[in-house]
Amino acid sequence: MFDSMLQYLWLIPIFPLLGFLINGGFGLWMVRQSGRRPAKPFVATVACGSVFLSFLVSVGCFLELLKMNASQRLIEQTVFTWISGLAIQTSSGELANLNINWGVQLDPLSAVMILVVTGIGFLIHVYSIGYMSEEDGFYRFFAYLNLFMFMMLTLVLADNFLMMFVGWEGVGLCSYLLIGYYTEKRSAGDAAKKAFVVNRVGDFAFILGMMLIFTSFGSLDLTEVMEKVAWMFPTPESSWGVLSWIALLLFVGATGKSAQVPLYVWLPDAMEGPTPVSALIHAATMVTAGVYMVARSSAIYSRAPEVLLIVAAVGIFTALMAGSIALFQQDIKRVLAYSTVSQLGYMFAALGVGAVAAGVFHLMTHAFFKALLFLGSGSVIMALHHEQDMRNMGGLRTYLPITCSTMWIATFAIAGVPGLSGFFSKDEILWRSFSNPNGHMLIWFVGIIVAGMTAFYMMRMMFLTFHGKERMSKEVAHHVSESPWVMTFPLILLAIGSAFVGYLGLPAWLGSNRFEHFLEPVFRTTYHPPIEGHHGHEIEILITVISVSLAGIGIYLAYYFFLKNTDKPALLLEKFRGIHTVISNKYYVDEAYDLLFVGEGKGVWRLFGVKNWGRFLSAFDSNVIDGAVNGSATITRISAWISGQADIHIVDRLVNLIAEIAQLLSSVFRWLHTGLFQRFALAFVVGLICIISLYLYLGV
Amino acid sequence: MDVFFFYTLAAILVVFAVLTVTAANPVRSAVYLVSALVAVAGLFVLLKAEFLGAVQILVYVGGIMVLFLFVIMLVNVREVERQRKVGPQWKTALILGVVLSAELIFFIVQGTASLDTKLAGQGIVVQDHTQNTESVGRVLYQTYLLPFEIASVLLLVAIVGAVVLAKKEL
Amino acid sequence: MITITHYLILSTLVFSIGVVGVLTRRNIIIIFMSIELMLNAVNINLIAFSSYFQNLNGQVFAIFVITVAAAEAAVGLGILISLFRNKETVNVDQIDLMRG
Repeated sequence: MFDSMLQYLWLIPIFPLLGFLINGGFGLWMVRQSGRRPAKPFVATVACGSVFLSFLVSVGCFLELLKMNASQRLIEQTVFTWISGLAIQTSSGELANLNINWGVQLDPLSAVMILVVTGIGFLIHVYSIGYMSEEDGFYRFFAYLNLFMFMMLTLVLADNFLMMFVGWEGVGLCSYLLIGYYTEKRSAGDAAKKAFVVNRVGDFAFILGMMLIFTSFGSLDLTEVMEKVAWMFPTPESSWGVLSWIALLLFVGATGKSAQVPLYVWLPDAMEGPTPVSALIHAATMVTAGVYMVARSSAIYSRAPEVLLIVAAVGIFTALMAGSIALFQQDIKRVLAYSTVSQLGYMFAALGVGAVAAGVFHLMTHAFFKALLFLGSGSVIMALHHEQDMRNMGGLRTYLPITCSTMWIATFAIAGVPGLSGFFSKDEILWRSFSNPNGHMLIWFVGIIVAGMTAFYMMRMMFLTFHGKERMSKEVAHHVSESPWVMTFPLILLAIGSAFVGYLGLPAWLGSNRFEHFLEPVFRTTYHPPIEGHHGHEIEILITVISVSLAGIGIYLAYYFFLKNTDKPALLLEKFRGIHTVISNKYYVDEAYDLLFVGEGKGVWRLFGVKNWGRFLSAFDSNVIDGAVNGSATITRISAWISGQADIHIVDRLVNLIAEIAQLLSSVFRWLHTGLFQRFALAFVVGLICIISLYLYLGV
Repeated sequence: MDVFFFYTLAAILVVFAVLTVTAANPVRSAVYLVSALVAVAGLFVLLKAEFLGAVQILVYVGGIMVLFLFVIMLVNVREVERQRKVGPQWKTALILGVVLSAELIFFIVQGTASLDTKLAGQGIVVQDHTQNTESVGRVLYQTYLLPFEIASVLLLVAIVGAVVLAKKEL
Repeated sequence: MITITHYLILSTLVFSIGVVGVLTRRNIIIIFMSIELMLNAVNINLIAFSSYFQNLNGQVFAIFVITVAAAEAAVGLGILISLFRNKETVNVDQIDLMRG
């Protein structure tokens, strides 16, 4: 059945795994033996080569997929059986076997994902050769990066929820390892821990959702579950039921992984890691895992309208909040981080209004231009010798031409300038949030506000970094030069992608949306609400014009404040000092979390006599829960003792009583069995008397 | 006269019977039994069965009791004296004996009230003016000849058996 | 007047005494003698009936009883002698070979 490329589907995650094992294992062994690190060319070749092989296989499989009939575009392969046949009872009472295979599934959605992950991943690997060239832990970096690729590819290619979760956890782990790459920086280690712990909160909800899926539908296999959902729930749930719970729990997991409110706080801090890490993990791939997972489970989400509303609301609210914070950030990477959170919010808003294909499309375009932006900023940072504060930049256009021009393309893309990829994807989302049956005017309205803000802060970033007066010190300015070609080449490729990949998803009034069409078979099991009324192309064009004009306003304002009148911002700051302080302190969310969950014995925790929420929970666990468990154990012991006593005194006594009765009855006869004949004679006489008495009784 | 003799002989019989049963020494017990048997013989005579009275003395006392005494002599008396005389169930036996006798007496008293003594015409009638011995002899050799002969065979068997049993080596 | 009842009651008493003797005494010889007592009680009974009913059957029966008693005494004592030779005791408590 499978020919040529498709049978190598399972190798796609394996190549990076091999790269990790070779680089990591060999490197570790070498360091132990000789104290020297493996040669950088060797490490680079292995790492980039493995990802490139994965990319080639992905392209091959994608082409095979295109050859197939649209409705048949679903290939599932099982590599080996991990857990087999653990029978667990489902909520409907029947016994279901927990069969978990390490399997890969290729359909249009996962094809898009693997192309994005391996393609952009490969470019970032190449870029990292240049960026990390000064580092001692070169091999370690690439080993972790390859491990991350393996985990991410497992996630997107998984054919069941548990394998997806393995990848989910794995990318979280790699995120931790890579954020904390600079082991000498205390802040990096803290940020890594923060990322992992916050992620874990989401994972907890994800696990609960998975368990609920299993007990409700008796399987964790993706296609099986989605088909069963479609079969069991022909129409969406009218009230909050099991589907809504599953959807909500999975979404909380996605919130953690994809940095939405309230679990987004780790992403800005994750900028402590090396810039390629930020590009790959925290822009293009890992953070999109949540979006991918929700898109995958669209069968469930489309049938839980209340959760859809929550998803859209959370998404657009996050977009607004993150966008507003990005306006005032001074660190170039922070701006991009909040921008990422904001754009992810867009994607979730798209999913929430039922425009799943639009959300995935934006995921793809965003991967291109956000990766480009991060890599470009990395180029800037490296050129300025690890300077990240934009207040110390400026006028770098002349020094870093390639970086500057590629980043401009990306900025225009993210701002939604017509003709570039971001325009098409963002517009699709805005149009859908306006027109879809699940859409809402408010979502659209906030969406265009956010679009305007996005344009503004991105332009601000560009103007502050590349244009205007040079604010860096003289000796730094002396050493600024363009990055080597190994870093600029990926930038150029990504720029081409940012520009042209949008043409895959043209809006209705411009032509057919090839991307949406391609993804259609994936959403076979999704519930498509009937579309009442058909909005004409005119309204769509009007919406587009409105969003473009808002973007234009944003661009102009940025230009006004940061290029033309560079002193104006400071004046406005004076007027709105209060608001500005709040927003530039990120609305004090981190401080609030610190107080509530991390805190050191302050405030409310004094009451409980514990240091913080964690300690409180731990104390609760050991005293109340363990107490209850021990209590029930004690009760069991006591009842066992009682039962034992009953056994000894009642049951054993009964048994002994029977024996005693037997003994009693037989003792009469035992007396006769001695062989002493006088007793026989006695018995005779007794019998004689009995007979005589009988005659007496009967009456003579 | 009858009454006096009867009660005397009855008293002797009962007393000596009790003594037989309760005597410690087997020899004494045997002698008491002899006395009891003589009293029985006297009762037989009182009942106008002189032949049987004589037979009783001759056979029972003269034969059987002598045999008993010989055997008692053969058995070691001294060793017997050392052991307990009466078994552990003597109280039960006594009560049973009393109960038995009480019930039987009750029956007898009730029964004989309906008896008609001196009923003639049943069995072989005793003719007046005939000797008891003669009558018994006549009956024994005429009507009950077969049992008589069998009794003699029985005695022969008993002799042979007793001799064989008592031999030291068979 | 001595009626048959007197004799019968006497016979019963002697018989009961004999029974008590059999049940009570340890010495086999004395048990034997108690049995002889019982037989004699029966004889009194038979002769009493014979006398009061003018019937010779009772007397003939009594003769046979005496005969059989003699035979039985002979054989029984022979057995006793042989038992004594084997067990060296005439205590009935020690003759429990028929146990079980």
